[in-house]
Amino acid sequence: MTVLQIVALVAVAVGGGAVALIRDPLRQTLALGIDGLALVVLFFAFQAPDVALSEIVVGTLGLPLIVLAALRKIGEQDRHRRTDQEQK
Amino acid sequence: MTRRARLWLFGIAGPGLAAVLVVGLRGLPAFGDNHAVYGLVVNGVALSLRHATDYVTALNFDLRAFDTLGEEYILFASVLGVTLLLRVVRGEDEENIAAERAVYGSSDAVRVLSLGLVPLLLALGVYLVIHGALTPGGGFQGGIVLAAAPACLMLAGRYVQLRALTPDWAIEAAEGIGAAGYCLLGLGGLVFASVYFKNFLPAGHPGQLLSAGFMPLNSIAVGLEVMGAFLIVWTAFLDQALLVRRRPGVAP
Repeated sequence: MTVLQIVALVAVAVGGGAVALIRDPLRQTLALGIDGLALVVLFFAFQAPDVALSEIVVGTLGLPLIVLAALRKIGEQDRHRRTDQEQK
Repeated sequence: MTRRARLWLFGIAGPGLAAVLVVGLRGLPAFGDNHAVYGLVVNGVALSLRHATDYVTALNFDLRAFDTLGEEYILFASVLGVTLLLRVVRGEDEENIAAERAVYGSSDAVRVLSLGLVPLLLALGVYLVIHGALTPGGGFQGGIVLAAAPACLMLAGRYVQLRALTPDWAIEAAEGIGAAGYCLLGLGGLVFASVYFKNFLPAGHPGQLLSAGFMPLNSIAVGLEVMGAFLIVWTAFLDQALLVRRRPGVAP
């Protein structure tokens, strides 16, 4: 195993743990994107450039964009519910 | 379940799982030492029979092209599901397009950087799609890089302008034509070579752009489908987050 492979494995493990332990969804999404970048290095170090190419976009843009949009929608619905309750 | 009970359950199940994992991992072949027969066969035929220099693409788009058909339609069906769930329903209004909304308070640096990325991403995406059989890459990788270019445009400006550049009919047509095209290429194998998804085009010289039989065509079809699929999902989510509003006074 080369040094790059070991570093990439450790980075992905630390990043994955961080994503699970962070409580704030917004920070969690950011950590998820960074962990995706670590995964890209991991795939590349293990001689899977095809997978690394997909992971660059899916991990750093594809997934976080969807999560961020969903978070915004949920936050908006919570605000609506609160104003509805105040009016009653 | 109380915290105490959960801890007890973990106390019993945790070591059990660890023991099973240790036993299982000890049975694995040594690191980097697994030369399975199937891999050796693919390494043997991808260049000599198929004239492809990227064996992953040879596997995806020729040797096991039928598996890729299944994956294509998994993606297709999940995109259908997303659009069905995120459609505008009763009690909601899609905001007037004229009411422009800036996406984030994006700084000038972000705008310049993402605008500069757009042509580079387009070029890289097209390169990855058409060189799938030669270098790492292919339809899926190229397709998502192509889809990332309009997404960068969104970071650079306003979401509504992105929607004007990627109208629903265009991205839906890209996805539909890609999915149907891949299926029809398989049918071409049935017609010209009497086996579904059997290569029916000349193999050409290895390393040249027009080589490896019908792999470049498969790659283009998958690229179109993947690009359309990702753009449909992203715009469906972002439409909901940025444009769709609940009509006041209607219970959700």
